[in-house]
Amino acid sequence: MVNLGYAAGYPVLSTIIFLPVIAALAIGLIKKEKTGLIKVLSLITSLLVFAASVPLFIFFDKTTANMQFVEWYSWIPPFNIDYHVGVDGISVLFVLLSTLVIILCVLISWNSVKDKVKEFYMALLLIEGAMIGVFCSVDFFLFYVFWEAMLIPMYLIIGVWGGPNRLYAAIKFFLYTLVGSVLMLVGIIALYLHAGRDFDIQHLANMKYPLSMQMWLFWAFFAAFAVKVPMFPVHTWLPDAHTEAPTAGSVILAAVLIKMGAYGFLRFSLPMFPDASRAMAMPMMVLSVIAIIYGGIVCLAQTDLKRLIAYSSVSHMGFVTLGIFALNVQGMEGGILQMLNHGIVTGALFLCVGIIYDRTHSRQISDYGGAATVLPVYAGLFMLFTLAAIGLPGTNGFVGEFLILLGGFTANKAAGAIAATGIIIGAGYMLWLYQRMFFQSVNPKLEGFSDISAREFITLAPMAALVFWIGFYPDAFLSFLHPSVQAIINRVQPAAGGNAVADFLRLFA
Amino acid sequence: MDHLYLLIPALPLLGFIINITLGRGLIKDKAHLVAIPAVFLSWAAAMYTVAQVAGGTIVSRDFYTWIVSGGFSVSAGFLIDQLTAVMLVVVTTVSLLVHIYSTGYMRGDKGFYRFFAYLNLFTFSMLMLIMSNNFLQLYFGWEAVGLCSYFLIGFWYEKKSAADAGKKAFIVNRFGDFGFGLGVFMIFLTFGTLHYGPVFQSAPGVLAGKTVMLFGQSVPLATLISLLLFCGAVGKSAQLPLHVWLPDAMEGPTPVSALIHAATMVTAGVFMVARCNPIFSLSPLAMAVVGLTGAVTALFAATIALVQNDIKRIIAYSTISQLGYMFLACGVGAYGAGIFHLYTHAFFKALLFLGAGSVMHSMQGELDVQKMGGLKKYMPVTYWTFLAASLSISGIPGFAGFFSKDEILWKAYSAGGIGTLLWVLGTLAALLTAFYSFRLFFLAFHGKFRGGHELEHHLHESPKSMTMPLTILGMGAVAAGWVGLPPFIGNALGVSNTFGAFLAPVFGNITESAASGEIMITGISVAVALLGILIAAYMYVWKPGAATALKEKLPAVHKVLWNKYYVDELYNFIIVKPAFWTARNFIAGTSDGKVIEGVVNGVPRAIDSFGRKLRKLQTGMLQDYAAIMAFCIFAFIAAALVFWKTMGG
Repeated sequence: MVNLGYAAGYPVLSTIIFLPVIAALAIGLIKKEKTGLIKVLSLITSLLVFAASVPLFIFFDKTTANMQFVEWYSWIPPFNIDYHVGVDGISVLFVLLSTLVIILCVLISWNSVKDKVKEFYMALLLIEGAMIGVFCSVDFFLFYVFWEAMLIPMYLIIGVWGGPNRLYAAIKFFLYTLVGSVLMLVGIIALYLHAGRDFDIQHLANMKYPLSMQMWLFWAFFAAFAVKVPMFPVHTWLPDAHTEAPTAGSVILAAVLIKMGAYGFLRFSLPMFPDASRAMAMPMMVLSVIAIIYGGIVCLAQTDLKRLIAYSSVSHMGFVTLGIFALNVQGMEGGILQMLNHGIVTGALFLCVGIIYDRTHSRQISDYGGAATVLPVYAGLFMLFTLAAIGLPGTNGFVGEFLILLGGFTANKAAGAIAATGIIIGAGYMLWLYQRMFFQSVNPKLEGFSDISAREFITLAPMAALVFWIGFYPDAFLSFLHPSVQAIINRVQPAAGGNAVADFLRLFA
Repeated sequence: MDHLYLLIPALPLLGFIINITLGRGLIKDKAHLVAIPAVFLSWAAAMYTVAQVAGGTIVSRDFYTWIVSGGFSVSAGFLIDQLTAVMLVVVTTVSLLVHIYSTGYMRGDKGFYRFFAYLNLFTFSMLMLIMSNNFLQLYFGWEAVGLCSYFLIGFWYEKKSAADAGKKAFIVNRFGDFGFGLGVFMIFLTFGTLHYGPVFQSAPGVLAGKTVMLFGQSVPLATLISLLLFCGAVGKSAQLPLHVWLPDAMEGPTPVSALIHAATMVTAGVFMVARCNPIFSLSPLAMAVVGLTGAVTALFAATIALVQNDIKRIIAYSTISQLGYMFLACGVGAYGAGIFHLYTHAFFKALLFLGAGSVMHSMQGELDVQKMGGLKKYMPVTYWTFLAASLSISGIPGFAGFFSKDEILWKAYSAGGIGTLLWVLGTLAALLTAFYSFRLFFLAFHGKFRGGHELEHHLHESPKSMTMPLTILGMGAVAAGWVGLPPFIGNALGVSNTFGAFLAPVFGNITESAASGEIMITGISVAVALLGILIAAYMYVWKPGAATALKEKLPAVHKVLWNKYYVDELYNFIIVKPAFWTARNFIAGTSDGKVIEGVVNGVPRAIDSFGRKLRKLQTGMLQDYAAIMAFCIFAFIAAALVFWKTMGG
């Protein structure tokens, strides 16, 4: 079949999907006592995978919405199943985020994972391969294989290396996701049959389906994606999973895994069911606004550090879905950027929590206080990510939230205005958290702890750099999105062209 | 030299970066040697740029494209016109003096480097705010100064009250910013751009006659946009009803109060309204709201200041009150007068705060004016400069505050209509201003020392690094007003209102002629000022028991004023407590805990039974996990093999 060649001189996508898998197998052959070797090998692998993914950033053609770095081979011909991978302007950013985040996960787990070290790093690398596969798949069957494959190692990471209540959290995570996935599978099969036995996502995304079919399929896919995002009211697995997961698990969940729900809306729901999406935009925006406010208010009541940040994710992802279902360019680009931002900032916050948890072994906010005096460098970095989380201009969070609110406000004044109150609540719970952890007199339980180590600093540094990079020069990332987002908009809003200004001015004319 | 203006914000930013990264380990107590040169050079570049502007060179250019998305595009860029020039003078001058003062005031503090880093960051942010050429960069500066304010109010973060105050300032401001942000959205959606030039130029044409439906009411678009923007100003400039954060902000070190919470940041709201005058001027309703908010706040805050005993809080309420005058001016279209008062206020109010800091320095941190007294003989420089500032704020002829306040009151009076009401409120507030300023002055510097023998031994004048800025600001408090002479004086001397003429390109040319009424209005202003000072002298110098007697005669009034009209308590009751109550009892407890988990899906129950079964599997035995993982790996291998085969075939 067609092979479009490799801009970087090698099959980038297959390399970064399978290199971690091969490394995981290799680690499986190492004796389990050799934990040092296992860790070094994992680190080298994650660095190599990241290095191998950098050409995606450099050689990407930002002028087209087409799939790039495409590899396309027939896989199971009787069923028209292909091994077909490629990236467009949306997925490429999440592939890069994935390869970066795994390095940080290896580093942050270096000393904190002491049990079953071998299995832990194997699981981590398997997740990496699977999640990159999810973002790269252009074949629906392939996509589903990766989507499900990711679930198992993630389930194990929560269930084996998690906190005291890990089993409950792991099973809850598994069941929620599975129920959603099964409905999506039904949807995929329906599409496959409707299209004359075809799994090609690009083909499926350019077909015309009857409205009733679109509606059914929209909700089938919604089940899978809304759970992953997670959208209100199917979010309750997230606080448990986040809270019980080990640091690396929380980081992967926050940074990459829950992005897959929103990614699913963008890749499948909107282009395949444009009429249903348009019809359902309002309910989706309402759910998003509820998530923003509700998630924020719940944060005010949390006494557990990780649980608070988990609920803040519900609120932040509400912004993301609001932007996406605003169905205009600003909202959607803001939403996608905010997916990236949330991955960076919340990922970094979970890394921060892991760093302090390794010292105190407590997640209770009341066990902290005065940490700025004891760990000043750590306090500074935590402050930076806090500010990014509350969307201060100059940080990445601002650019995303601003575009989302602009898009949301354009689509629906009330939705935009109510969502904007989220920035007040956000400042409230985050600054209150910061005060309880870092300000006031030093909690005796914190005395004598050392400030962050070089390893921990290196783990946070890339995230800190990204906060400013996107904050001051978002074009470096937004420019990837323009053609791909425009293509989705053209599909969903064929008449309006998605130009916010024109839409609005028409209202006043 | 074309791009010299870039140094104005860049140097303080550089100073911040150096001190925040190297301060703790390397620079330590030498941080001022980085921070002060940075601000000094920034000041020098600003002065050069201001001279260029005076010579007619307006800078207006985009620097780079910040955010692009669809039809939305905004740049980082600079606009340096006459209005920005005035702000540049105020910000860089006061900042420089406060930096110098802080070397003495903050000496020995363990956060010395951090303090200077934040001061530099603040200076950078404030400069970005005033030099911006578009609304989004304005918003950047707006939030960044708020952040610095948060850092500096909570500078002594180990004190709970300081940490609380910083957080309160930030969150209360976010309430205002919420409206401001919506205003920015409305501007973009209406004009298709956020850049000042096109927005202001096309505002009269685009907004004319346009209305929007809001809650079933037809509202002129200009009014809606103006009022939304004004929300931001109400927060940042601590006007009613969002004034509550500013008195608490006094938890910060005193130089911070002088720089951020008196001279610069809190005036950003006034600056913003003045900058947006082409929009505000299109809406009589919005103008009335601005003017009334200002006038009522001016009077309201002045009444609270009458009875307070904390030296910094008295000055803080005085700041809220004076900011009210500036909005009063904007509300009657006298933007130039508002900016003039902003400019003179920066000198005398920074001076009052730095003077208060000097007193606190001598008094070992004591804030209660009832425990002071007779400081005149120990602290001559502080005494004389404080007197100059008090005369200035009271509006005694010849001092800076007189010219600007007089111009505001006259403009209000001559505007007619609602202006007359604003004039009455403003004049009443002027009476109270003179009284509370001199109450503070007499209690602190005259009479007998009431702080005990122990403390009296320590009383001393502050070091040179602190008295020097006091002296310079003192000169400003006396002379800064002479650039804006009222016509009836100016005409006699043959000079025009240079300040007004300088700003004319921004606010339009307001023809000034000597009106007969103006002398009368000035006379009334001067009379109430003198009256206020005389009453203060009577109650606190000549008849020291009078104040207590009055307090006993009107206990209810005193109680209400002493408790600041219970506004904090009200907010606590209607916003803070319900929010937390809802979060704890309703949402987190019932809704998320029971309703959603229980009703929306039966999953939790299923989990319980499923979990019990699985628990047998999950015995912690390595084999079990290995088996599942092996399955996972197997899936991959199978996929890879089939893939391989397909390729081969």
